[in-house]
Amino acid sequence: MIINSRFFNRSELIGFVALALLLFVILPLTLDVFRLNLVAKYLTYAFVAIGLVLCWGYGGILSLGQGVFFGLGGYCMAMYLKLEASSVANTKIQSTPGIPDFMDWNQITALPFFWKPFHSLTFTIAAVILVPGIFALIIGAAMFKRRVGGTYFAIITQAVAAILTILIVGQQGYTGGINGMTDLRTLHGWDIRTDHAKFILYFVEVVLLFGCIVAAQFIRLTKLGRILVAMREKEDRVRFSGYSVANFKIFAFCAAAIFAAIGGAMFTLEIGFMSPSFVGIVPSIEMVIYTAVGGRMSIFGAVWGSLLVNFAKTSLSESFPQLWLFGLGALFIAVVLAFPDGLSGIWRDYVQPHIDRLIASRKSKARWADGSVADGAPAE
Amino acid sequence: MLIGHRPKEFLLAVEALTVSFDGFKAVNDLSLYVEENEIRVIIGPNGAGKTTVLDLICGKTKATSGSIQFRGKELTKLKENQIVQAGVGRKFQTPSIYEDLTVFENLEISFPRGRTVFGSLTFQRDAAVKDRVEEVAEMIFLKDRLNVYADQLSHGQKQWLEIGMLLIQNPDLLMLDEPVAGMSVSERAKTAELLNRIIKDRSVLVIEHDMKFVEDIAHKVTVLHQGQILSEGTMEHVKNDPKVVEVYLGH
Repeated sequence: MIINSRFFNRSELIGFVALALLLFVILPLTLDVFRLNLVAKYLTYAFVAIGLVLCWGYGGILSLGQGVFFGLGGYCMAMYLKLEASSVANTKIQSTPGIPDFMDWNQITALPFFWKPFHSLTFTIAAVILVPGIFALIIGAAMFKRRVGGTYFAIITQAVAAILTILIVGQQGYTGGINGMTDLRTLHGWDIRTDHAKFILYFVEVVLLFGCIVAAQFIRLTKLGRILVAMREKEDRVRFSGYSVANFKIFAFCAAAIFAAIGGAMFTLEIGFMSPSFVGIVPSIEMVIYTAVGGRMSIFGAVWGSLLVNFAKTSLSESFPQLWLFGLGALFIAVVLAFPDGLSGIWRDYVQPHIDRLIASRKSKARWADGSVADGAPAE
Repeated sequence: MLIGHRPKEFLLAVEALTVSFDGFKAVNDLSLYVEENEIRVIIGPNGAGKTTVLDLICGKTKATSGSIQFRGKELTKLKENQIVQAGVGRKFQTPSIYEDLTVFENLEISFPRGRTVFGSLTFQRDAAVKDRVEEVAEMIFLKDRLNVYADQLSHGQKQWLEIGMLLIQNPDLLMLDEPVAGMSVSERAKTAELLNRIIKDRSVLVIEHDMKFVEDIAHKVTVLHQGQILSEGTMEHVKNDPKVVEVYLGH
């Protein structure tokens, strides 16, 4: 593997290789397709968490509405898949064949205009990125140009998440309502429901995830990454150093939105449906918790956080469905109070020093062994 | 022929500037002119409106009425970052630096290139940047601390770092709010030396309480009281102005 040593420092390189080994080799070899598909689902949240590392960890912009962008990306993809699944042949029992079933149930007799472009896969892929990106741009411009920040911004993003959920649920005929878009079958004629497809999609997702990791790392290492940190600390100083703080915040927010949208689109493909339950306030806050648990300053931590919290969620909510939410809340409080840098902070403060010491002691042992041959070598 | 009557060009011309906060006029019909390469010190009791004047010039506070002309540009209509790009630099009262970044990175962010989003994504740390950062770091006595995180610096060093961040911007007008407050005696002397060195190609507007320091550096002193100018002139003139003695120096 050729990686510029300056792009990742030593511990980041270890993190990168470890994650690549786990996701590309170990998990696909050890898990059956059902479990692998679960991991794929967890990883869709890792996209959101990576975005939050940039936006919240680095830029200090806490968004409690990332579900909005996750959902928009997911819905764009679902619209394409739904149209493909609603061919005239598949829907001939409907009163209006050729439109999605939920439209038929809601007495809609023609495909709405904004659905029509989603017949095209190219348009859909562009829309997965652009619709959430432009929406984030509008929210960002409206808020940050007016210097709305901090908790106020977080509350507004929550409100946006709530509004979008209500809109989707309320406009059943256009969106599938509370059930979401279900019964998705094929992607450009390729059946996505088979085990083989799920296996392939897992790898597509992991490749995209590593693409996002590299993109986030690139942004972090440019001057823009340092300006994000500077802005988080002393916004006024950045402003009075000649920068338009609002534009940088908008950039970070849009980047996070686009990452989330890619995750959402992959979610639709992997799981085969999209519903408002991934858009609202609760899922949005859960996404922040994954980031906090992983460590909000660590791109790799975000991936680990998403994997581990979701794994815990699956195993615990199977046995104690009532307790899980309390557990999640307690976890968040514990992380904020005791480990503000999350898992990556624990690794950095408690595990890494042991490894370093181990390496150092092995090296010095080797040196000592050499020294004992050339007796009386001066101690360092 | 009016050629001979052409008024002198000021670098900064503040005219009839007023700002009121809920009816309280923090700055009231203030006019102030700063020439090229002048060190002007603003003194005055607490609440006289000194910091507010700097806030108004750099755009942090919007004026209620009046005008601020800088090199013929009306600053009251510009945004903060545009005012910086026009050539005005501002140092805050408490050291305002980025503690999670190194001294080098702090200075680099203030380097006047790549200030747009795209520009900062493609910004390269080339020789020009490195040389300039090192040059400024030497001026502010931090040359051997370039790779130290800024939270490790002493209070005085943080103040110097912020001055350095302004120097690297190369502003035509440098505004400093109490640059020696909280500094030790030796740091104070070094700061005076630093200021005297950096004023060569620019004008400086300083707020300061330390009279010894003011005497050392000021070309001209403006005394503010209740948002208005009480007295203006050389330190000698101001010191002997009975009005000034009464409201400020006498206390």
